[in-house]
This record gives sequence, structure tokens and C-alpha cells, in this order.
Amino acid sequence: MSETLALHAPALVILLPLLTAPLCFLFSRAANGVWATALLVSLLSFLCAAFLLEKTFDGRVLSYHFGGFPPPLGIEYRIDMMSALMLLIVAGASLLGLLFARRSVARELPAARQSAFYVCYLLCASGLLGVAATNDAFNMFVFLEISSLAAYALIALGGDRDRRALSAAYNYLIMGTIGATFFVIGVFFLYAATGTLNMTDLADRLHALPVGSRSLYAAEAFIIVGLALKIALFPLHVWLPNAYAFAPSAATVFLSAAAAKVAIYALVRFLFSVFGLDFAIGGETLNAVILPTAMIGMIIGSFSAIFARHAKRIFAYSSIAQLGYMMLGIGLESREGLEASFVYLFNHALAKSAIFMALGCIAYQQASMKLSDLHGIARDMPWTMAAFTIAALSLIGAPLTGGFIGKWLLMDAALAQGFWLIALVIAAVSLMAVLYVWRVIEAAYLKAPTGRRRGAPRAEAPRREAPFSMLLPLWIAALLSVYFGVDTRLPVGAAEIIADSLEAAGQ
Amino acid sequence: MQTLSLLALALPFLGAAAILLLGRLPNPRDIMMIAVSIGTAACVIALLFLYEDGKTHAWTLFALLPNLDVAWHLEPLGLLFAALASALWVITGLYAIGYMRANNEKKQPRFFACFSIAIGSAIGVAFAANLLTLFIFYEILTLSTYPLVSHRETKEAKRGGRYYLAYLLGTSFLFLLPAIIWTWRRAGTLDFVEGGILPGSMGGMEAALLLALYVYGIGKAALMPLHRWLPEAMVAPTPVSALLHAVAVVKAGVFAVLKVGIYIFGAAFLSEKGASEWLIWLACFSILAASLIALTKTNLKARLAYSTVSQLAYVILAMALATPAAMVAGALHMASHALAKVSLFMCAGAIHTASHKDEIPDMAGLGRAMPLTFSAFTLGALSIIGLPPFIGMWSKWRLGEAALSSGQSWGAWAALATLLLSSLLNLLYLLTIPARAFLSGAEKRVAMREAPFLCLLPPCLTALACFAMVFLIEPLGDFLAPLAREPR
Repeated sequence: MSETLALHAPALVILLPLLTAPLCFLFSRAANGVWATALLVSLLSFLCAAFLLEKTFDGRVLSYHFGGFPPPLGIEYRIDMMSALMLLIVAGASLLGLLFARRSVARELPAARQSAFYVCYLLCASGLLGVAATNDAFNMFVFLEISSLAAYALIALGGDRDRRALSAAYNYLIMGTIGATFFVIGVFFLYAATGTLNMTDLADRLHALPVGSRSLYAAEAFIIVGLALKIALFPLHVWLPNAYAFAPSAATVFLSAAAAKVAIYALVRFLFSVFGLDFAIGGETLNAVILPTAMIGMIIGSFSAIFARHAKRIFAYSSIAQLGYMMLGIGLESREGLEASFVYLFNHALAKSAIFMALGCIAYQQASMKLSDLHGIARDMPWTMAAFTIAALSLIGAPLTGGFIGKWLLMDAALAQGFWLIALVIAAVSLMAVLYVWRVIEAAYLKAPTGRRRGAPRAEAPRREAPFSMLLPLWIAALLSVYFGVDTRLPVGAAEIIADSLEAAGQ
Repeated sequence: MQTLSLLALALPFLGAAAILLLGRLPNPRDIMMIAVSIGTAACVIALLFLYEDGKTHAWTLFALLPNLDVAWHLEPLGLLFAALASALWVITGLYAIGYMRANNEKKQPRFFACFSIAIGSAIGVAFAANLLTLFIFYEILTLSTYPLVSHRETKEAKRGGRYYLAYLLGTSFLFLLPAIIWTWRRAGTLDFVEGGILPGSMGGMEAALLLALYVYGIGKAALMPLHRWLPEAMVAPTPVSALLHAVAVVKAGVFAVLKVGIYIFGAAFLSEKGASEWLIWLACFSILAASLIALTKTNLKARLAYSTVSQLAYVILAMALATPAAMVAGALHMASHALAKVSLFMCAGAIHTASHKDEIPDMAGLGRAMPLTFSAFTLGALSIIGLPPFIGMWSKWRLGEAALSSGQSWGAWAALATLLLSSLLNLLYLLTIPARAFLSGAEKRVAMREAPFLCLLPPCLTALACFAMVFLIEPLGDFLAPLAREPR
């Protein structure tokens, strides 16, 4: 039984949500039914991912040949530690997001669109899972587009509550499509140069090519820029703040935890597994591009977060800064740097989803997310704000939280190569995180509630604590972000294996 | 011993939970707190007696990263600090109950719970076996004392709290954490080891730079110019100022500085490389400048706060002299100043409770109405000034001795001159207060009495302890002697 499962789990983890989504769309209009199905499927998918992670934890690689056609002709799903970790993050985020979604979506979306939300959600999840699992460059593009198209729709669904969601989704659509186009052009260049799309095969054949091939430079440049758009790496980040701020709360939870991170995964996959750093555009050029952009992104993102007035937007900007941290580790191009990046990525997914869930709980109780309307909210929603505080501590990088481990490893990796300035920037940007988190904490705990805001409808019900079904996933994420700051075996162990295998592949 | 030390660590945290649970029942809650504090102090004092030099007392809690544990150990300096914090917690605990009730302060459960957590993390800092563990508890200490500083929730309290967080978190993120990771990179370990872990892994310039990161990263040591948070924190209720901003928090700062000097750099390494010479001058400056500022302050707590800044710099001066004898003198000064300053603060609180007077000029003539309070204040002040026969004299004496034998040429004379000059300044800014209270203002009739019993007894006890400790100076010196031992 276990062996059969091991054989098919790499496909099951994606196909389950991918096939369920259209079925739900065709056969069910009842939002609760769709939600229950989606939750069940997500749970199964999560179990598959956990199973795969356990299987690959000893460094083993699972390969699944679609339709029995062997690679390089057939499509191959290849699960190594890195894929398995990403599958776990995406499936886990999807599960938590769905647990959270039922009450939140019921409140935020009109009844007619609720089942559409879950269908898009499932599609988006399966696209992201597919990117993580596939070993075929074109197939990766397809999955990237499935997830992106679904994400545009998810964001646009926020339009019933705030019309700005529509323009945010439209912005994202344009930017995302340009990114996808760049990416696929890069893949075509690779195909033209080597005649294969299987990524393992690609890597082998690239190394047989003469060093300095122009088409390879072009391919790498297109792929990096295309994926940087999807990651929202500075200066290609402008779509992100509004998209996260105006999407339905449950969509923000899922997208912030999974979407950009999968794009980072794709970038690492191409840079280290396919191109290899000694090949194509040399490591030094890459260093010179990624490190400064990552650092500027960290600083600018944090500055914008400090001055933002909309709570969801504060943390959307913070995401830009945090993505900069992850890119920093990649840009260091060292074993330590990669390890730090993946640990950071894992812990940030937990902390950020918890934060957006807490904000979603607030959005459930009141329409406005302006900081000035959050005054004294900790008195009305103590559990929500307590979990928020825990997650925010992890975001800052307080000791005994996951964020601390990530920052520690990252700073260590920077110092290992003697990058003083980078270590200093990491420290300074952590302080900036203290500032923007502090603004929310201060508003929630220390400012007196303003009572009814001028112009607000008098009939508005008094704020109360969010329902249990929303608090549960929130607290799970918040407590996990502390748990993985104390028992670091899973993220650090996984990241070590990933870094080792990438280093081996990069040689 | 493992169980006992774990108990000493855990009791305050458990006590905090119990206090929150009993929140609505003031009497059982406060009795609970006193019981927990007595239990903690008993544990620590038992450890003090059970401790045997030469044996290793170290245990690991769990591994955070490979080769990086959260672990604790026992050594003389840490035991001394833990004993100070926990024993004074009993006394200040009693005082706090009296003070909080007499002044009708709000949110007492939160107050006492945070208080316990703060003591627990101070003990954690004391027992930490490596820099990482120390850093963790150091941060918990910062976060748990923030609600105490802005306890009153007024505008000034919030401002003070903001300063507090900004300075302490800012320095620890910007300087301390990079310094720790730098050390980790260089030495491959963060354990506190006799003789230090850095010797042989870096040159003099680098060591001096790293030392600067540590000294300023440990913002709780309040070395000028990063001292502003301490006076700002005086908006807290007086028991907080007494125990935390005279003992637990600031002493955690200088304790960490001493610990870094002894067990990370090693005194021999520092003096051989001359990496700490610059710090002597800076510490002297901090001592004198803070004393001069204290002279200008008319608010009693503000004056005491600047006096604390000045006295903390003595300990840093001791570390900067970088001889084993100086380190021991620094540790002694840490203890003697704690006892004296906690008495002074408790007296200030007693005066506030009885008369609601905070400004020194208003206190003229109060001495006749509150003789006990002002007598205790005088004793504490005499100890800080360093007059015999109080304990403060011995620590200063040893510090001067250590300075002369330190082999520093100009630095030693500067240190000695600073000691003398600052003692004079102490005399001026501290003794004028009881003098005015007892001697002037005779024409005014003051109709008031001493503060309530619970606010009065504790400062008298600690003030007497300043005197009684003199008989313990020999055993204490012997106990701390391992600090002065050359590494094997």
C-alpha cells in the first residue's frame, strides 16, 4: 500500500485539486458543499505532501512518469527535498486558508460568487503545487499560468467589497502576463538551444554547449526577469501591495503564504539546477543584480510599510521586504545562504499567513482596515490580537520564534562571506519591522477606541471576537511559528538537504 | 542541583501564570507572589551553598540549531546576580504590594505577572551558559518590562515606554545580534568558557570593534550616550524603578558586559591586545557626566536614575581595566550598588506614597515627619558615596586597587581620579537631599506621617543590609575568586 502510494503520490498531490475544481464548478452551486469538498481535497493533498516530505527526507528523489512515457520525451514529476518542502508549504497554506475561509468568505463575498471563490482557490493551489512538482520547463509555465489566472480572479472577487480590487487585479493581470511571457520566451530559447524541455536533461545538455552562448544568456535573462515579476522582486513589485490589500481576506492569506514563494522556488530551480552557477551568466553578474535589488527592496518595502495607513497594506509592503530577505540568501550563492533562504521562506509563510488571518478576523468584524479605525481593538478581540502579536514577533525575528532562526542563519551566511554591509542591512531592516509592527500593536493595545467614527453608520454592531472557526487556523499558524522557532529540526534539516543538493548541482 | 536550578528558573514564570489566574482575588494573589518569590530566593541561595568550585554545573535544555544549544550553567558571577535579583524580589515584592495598594494603581494582576516574568528572565540571564541563551532571556526581559514602564498608560508613560523599547530593542538588534553572530563565526562556539573563546581568533583592532558592538549592543548597561531610556523609564511605578531599574534590568546589562569580558574575550586577551583601553576613557566620561547631570535634576527619581547611569559605568570601567582583580571588583560593585540603590528608590517611593512629593526642593523639612524613611535614605546614600563602614566603600576600594595594579599607564590614573571626583559629586547630589529634609524648613509645620508599614520596612531592611554586608565581604570575595583565576 505504502509503495503504491509512494509511486503515485507525486501526481495525486496535484491532480486531486486540479480535477476537483472543475467538477465542483459543474456540479455544485452550494457554497458550503464546495467548501467542504475543497477542504477534503486540500487535506488529502496535504497528507500526500507530508508523505512525500517524509520519503525524501533522507535525500531520496522520487520520479513519476506521466502516462508511463519516460523522460525526456514524457512529462516527468520529480520530487526532491526542495519540491517536497514547497508542496508541504503550499498544501499547508491552502489547508489553513480554507479552514479560515468559510466564515470569512461568507461575510465578504455575495452568495452567488462564493462557490466560484473556492473553485479559483483550488485551481490556484493546484497550479502552485504543479510548479513545485514538475520537472518539465513548459509544464512549469502551464502550471504557473493556471495559478496566476486563478489568482487574478481571486483578487478580483474582492471587488464586491472594495472596487479597488478590480484595478488591483487588472494591474496584476498585466504585470503577471508580461512576466509569464518573459518566462516562456526564456523557455523557448532553451528549447531552441538544446531540443529538450525536461529540466534534468536540459542541465546535462547545457553543460555540453560552449560557454558564453548568446541564446543561453538571453534565456537566463528572460527567465530571471519573468520570475522576478511573479516574485514581486524590487523594482517589479508595484502590483503586489494593492493586490494583497484588496483581495478577499482568505485569498490574501493563501497568496501571501504560497504564491511568491513558489516563484522563488522556480527561480532557484532554474538558476541552480538547470543553469548551474558556473555556467551561463556567471555568478558574479548575478550577485551584482540580485543582492542590490534585494536590499533596496527590503529597505523600500519597509519604509512604505512604516508610512502606510491601511493595515493590510502595511503587511503587503512588509511582504516585499521579506521577499527581499529570501532573495538575499539566494543572491549570496553559498550553501549557507540557500539554507537560510529556505528556512526563512518556511517561517515567513507561517508568520505572514497568521498575520493576514488576524487581519481577516478584524475584517470580519468591521469594514474599515485603516489603522485609525483599529484603535483599541485588542479590547474587543483579545484572542485575535494575541495571535497577531505572536506572529508579528516571528516576523520581527524575536528569539524563540521561527523568524529568529531565519535571520540568524541569513546574517551568519552574510558574515561568512565577509559581507558587512548586508549584515548591517539585515539588522536595520529588522528594526524597521519593529517600527511598522509597533504601529499596529500601539493602535490595537494602547490607543483608546474612538467609539463610532464620524460618518460611520450608527447601526454597526459592536465589535466582537471572531468566530472560533477563524481563530482556530489563526492560532495553529501562530503557535507553529513559535514551535518551529524552538524545534528547528524540520525546516533547518530540510533546508540543509536542499542546500547540499543545490550546491552539488551547481558545481 | 539540576532540578534546583531549573526550579529557580521556572518558578517565577509559573508564578506569573498563577498570578494571572488569581487575578481577581487580591489577597491570595499577593500571598502567592510572595510565596513564589521566597521559593525562588530559597532555591538560588541553596544553589549558592551547594556550588562547588572546580565542578562543572552545566545542562542543556534543547538544541536550537546544530551545535547551538539553549543551555544553562552555574558560576560565581551568575549565582551572585541571581541571588541579588531573587532575594531583593522578596523584599521589593512586599514593598510593591504596599505601594500599589496605597496608591490605588490599576491592573495589578498584569503588573505583578510581568514583574515575575522579568525576575524569571533576569535569573535566566544569570544562568545562561552561552550567548544565545543570554540573548533570548535578555529580550524576554525587555519585552516583559515594557508593560511595567508604561503601566500608568498616561501620555508620559507611553512616551517612556516607547523610548524604552526603541533603545533596548534597537541596540540589541543593531549591535548585539550581529556581534553574537560575528563571535559565532570567529570562534565556532558561543559558550561561556573560562579564559574566553576569542583569544587567538582575531587581532586587536577587530577585538576592539567587537567589544564596542557588545558594550553598546547591551543597551541595558546604559553607557553614555545610549543612556536616555533609563531616566525616561522612571515614569514607571516606583517598585519597578527600584527592583528593575536599579537591580534586575540594568544589572542584567552590566552583568552581561562582565560576562562577555570574562568568558568571551577573557581578561588576559583584552589587556594583552589593549582592546579595551578606549573603553576606560568612555566609562570615566560616563561616570562624571552622569553625575553632573544628576546634580541638575530636581526630580528625585530622575536624580537617582542619572546616579544609576553613573554607577553602572563603574562596572563597565572595571571590565575595561581588563584584569581579573578588576572583574571581581566590578562584580562586587554590582552587588553593593544594587543594595544601596534599591533602598534609595524604595525611600523615594515611600516619600511619594506618604506626601505625593517628587521634587527635591519640596522635601524640605520632611525628615522630621518621616525620620525612618530619611534615615534609610541616608544610609543608602552613604553606601553609594563609599564611606566606611558601608559595603559601597569596599567595592570602590577594590576597584581603585585594581586600577593601580592594572598596568594601564594613563588609564589607571584617570580611573582613580574619576573615582575620587565622582565620590565627591555623589556626596553633593545625594546627601543634600536628607540634609535638606532634616535640617531646613523648620518654620513649616508638616502634618504627615510615615508611609504604610509595607512601604517602610523594606527600605529599612535593605539599608541595614548595606551595612551588614560588610561582614560578608571576605566570604564573598572568596566566592568570586574563581573569576580572577588564570585560565588553565
